[in-house]
Amino acid sequence: MYITANWHFPTSNDSRTRIHDIPIIEFIRLHYARDPMSTDDTDESKMLQDRIMAAASSGTALRIIGGDSKAFYGRAASGEPLPISGHRGVVSYEPTELVLTARAGTPLDEIETLLGQHKQMLPFEPPHFGDKATLGGAVACGLSGPRRPFCGSTRDFVLGVKILNGKGEILQFGGQVMKNVAGYDVSRLMCGALGSLGVLLEISIKVLPVPVREVTLSQDMSAPEAIAAMSAWSAKPLPLSALCHDGQRLHIRLSGASSAVSATRARLGGEEHGESAAFWSDLREHRLDFFAADSPLWRIAVAPNTPELKLPGKWILDWGGAQRWLRTSVSDEAIHKAALQAGGHASIFRGGNRGGEVFQTPAPSIMALHQRLKDAFDPLRLLNPGRLYADL
Amino acid sequence: MSTAPSTGNTAVDTDRTALLRELRRHLPEQSILQEPEDMRPYECDGLSAYRELPLLVLMPETVAQVQAALRICSQMRVAVIARGAGTGLSGGALPRSDSVLLSLARFNRIVEIDPLNRYARVQPGVRNLAISEASAAYNLYYAPDPSSQIACSIGGNVAENSGGVHCLKYGLTVHNILELTVVTMEGDILTIGGLAPDSPGYDLLALMTGSEGMLGVIVEVCVKLLPKPERAQVMLAAFDSVDKAGAAVAGIIAAGIIPAGLEMMDNPAIRAAEDFVHAGYPVDALAILLCELDGTNEEVSEQILQVRQLLEQFGATEVRTSRDEQERQRFWHGRKAAFPAVGRISPDYYCMDGTIPRRELSHVLTRMTELSEQFNLPIANVFHAGDGNLHPLILYDANRPGELERTEELGGKILELCVQVGGTITGEHGVGVEKIDHMCVQFQAAELSQFHAVKAAFDPLGLLNPGKAVPTLTRCAEFGAMHVHHGQLAFPDIERF
Repeated sequence: MYITANWHFPTSNDSRTRIHDIPIIEFIRLHYARDPMSTDDTDESKMLQDRIMAAASSGTALRIIGGDSKAFYGRAASGEPLPISGHRGVVSYEPTELVLTARAGTPLDEIETLLGQHKQMLPFEPPHFGDKATLGGAVACGLSGPRRPFCGSTRDFVLGVKILNGKGEILQFGGQVMKNVAGYDVSRLMCGALGSLGVLLEISIKVLPVPVREVTLSQDMSAPEAIAAMSAWSAKPLPLSALCHDGQRLHIRLSGASSAVSATRARLGGEEHGESAAFWSDLREHRLDFFAADSPLWRIAVAPNTPELKLPGKWILDWGGAQRWLRTSVSDEAIHKAALQAGGHASIFRGGNRGGEVFQTPAPSIMALHQRLKDAFDPLRLLNPGRLYADL
Repeated sequence: MSTAPSTGNTAVDTDRTALLRELRRHLPEQSILQEPEDMRPYECDGLSAYRELPLLVLMPETVAQVQAALRICSQMRVAVIARGAGTGLSGGALPRSDSVLLSLARFNRIVEIDPLNRYARVQPGVRNLAISEASAAYNLYYAPDPSSQIACSIGGNVAENSGGVHCLKYGLTVHNILELTVVTMEGDILTIGGLAPDSPGYDLLALMTGSEGMLGVIVEVCVKLLPKPERAQVMLAAFDSVDKAGAAVAGIIAAGIIPAGLEMMDNPAIRAAEDFVHAGYPVDALAILLCELDGTNEEVSEQILQVRQLLEQFGATEVRTSRDEQERQRFWHGRKAAFPAVGRISPDYYCMDGTIPRRELSHVLTRMTELSEQFNLPIANVFHAGDGNLHPLILYDANRPGELERTEELGGKILELCVQVGGTITGEHGVGVEKIDHMCVQFQAAELSQFHAVKAAFDPLGLLNPGKAVPTLTRCAEFGAMHVHHGQLAFPDIERF
């Protein structure tokens, strides 16, 4: 479709003498071939820049749209649509450097397929919520999947970005190297900002090798028992890569060297899941029955060992207890209050009133800082106004 | 390079008297240093080529005192420079004669360790290593381990986003902290981040980390604790060329292995380290790799076999595996002592901190050898090979007239080379005063302006650590002009202004 990665690396079959015949540090070159379908890799940054300039002169608010797969997330957006799905394509990918750079409109599916060909992955397991999901959308929403407590979140893997700020300036921060402390970390600031500080144009992401082996176990357990077990195991040097309690059972994913996974499996006990990968992708993509209900879906984030919150409803405890999904008919105020009392925060992930605030409002001093940062990047308040908070 | 403190400036003296009067109402006498001999220890940080006495040194003991000090300085328009343990290598805590130096050294308490939520709440003056020592009772530790971990403080680590030899697998400071308590220049307290993941709103925690004391003063830090790996073992491989060692690094990562640490040293660094600590390094090797593997017992056993095979396949002339903890420590000892070891063979050395995409290693080292010959200054290289962070050590003698200036010029060339190949001027030491001109090489005018706008959102009066980390556009124009004037502009295609 779009890329053939042409790279050679000595495998265990290569004899030593051959190593001297090849370039010592390998380049991985990507060759792009145009496809007659609409999935051409194109650089539309100039066009997007012109759109912002035009919006700036007319004072028109813009609603940034990637694959439109997460339109349900955040507050109801207004403004003229600014589609970025045409600004797409992997710019560079070097498996031995563990770094991939792609334009923001590049579909996540495409990126994950390419990484898979090199036995690598996006370690933060971003939820797609639809086959059109883009890298830009994943970073703008800053959502992470089940591996997060053991591997890191989306922002942990963002190395650099190219953005268009609200003045229509194309700016580049961070880079393609893992260690870089030159200037403020604007790249990670873009993560989860829902496009309100800039239009993402290009993102460099750290990638990791796919674990050699993954096994999922499950055990019957109550929620309090599961919280205790998840906390105790997470404090031990075990090859864990996901821990989730679905209301009845605790699901445990082990990842790593084959021998390590086998030894830990024997140690923890429990049944082995028939379709181990499916549970985690269904959890990540909200395809489990739990997520099919009509009542609003709440996401409550707390320190992992926090006891059960006293709120009626159905719960799923993911991230070893740190990310809790709740289906309930309790009032918004009661939920925010309970989350705050537990030292955490709550957001209406799906459904509910998208015209009100959906994310917990930070302290006034922090909110004031948000306003000043918004002004620093988007003084005319053109970019996704109101998507994150009503006044932002 | 050192600047004499300004004395006898009547305006400053008057301000100083008024400032002292205000400060004494909120801070105890023993928390205020004003005599030059008392302030002398604070005239520089780890970048000792730059020195200046501050207007005053404050050593508050409570958050309320920090708030009061900042509020007073803010009202009187006096700049404030925060300082941790003073081990920074880029002059981030370099005082100014017109500014207050705010030492957080007395904030040295570990407030709380929660083994089940796996965090430690500590004051900013707590030493990096002390956190791991205190957490050891729970078989937990704090992962980032800068070489100075025995002395450097966690507040400074956050300000610089410090790395260490284990960050390929475990990340930098930014990946290992959960919450910060920060006092603004106006004296207000902000809680940034939290024990619950993904704090609502913007990721201010990331923005604060590595902000070099320009956005706020950190008064408390919650760090993430990790379970101590069951086993850690280090392998030492010798190579007869740096290129082969570089290829082996890429080969290990291509095989899907992420070592806990992956370090390279070149021959001058190997010799200096071996002479100093007798780690048993092969002194004839042109490069050695130290590859640490950690995890469960089974995982380490499996990966050691794999890595040994890879190292041999990539042409290692010798591969050793540490047999016990003692030998592991000895293998690392040489690497960790590399800087002082180089200090023994040269009157002075200048430590650089560029990061490059690893594939450029061969090109960069070749070019560096050429530059070394051209400037007639030897260079020894230690290299966080896993993540591309180079620490070339330029050997010089500050007592020889002009040699420091030549060293700095060579250092500048090396940084420009790092930017040219797609890397950065600083991987973990920060910009401070040291690399401020080279920010003009890495960033364009609009990007620097964006940084200034971010700074103004936190510190509208520009009183926190002024003149550090982000250059003014005027300064960049002068820097660019200076280079053009000498006909030494290395990369005319890089935008300058």
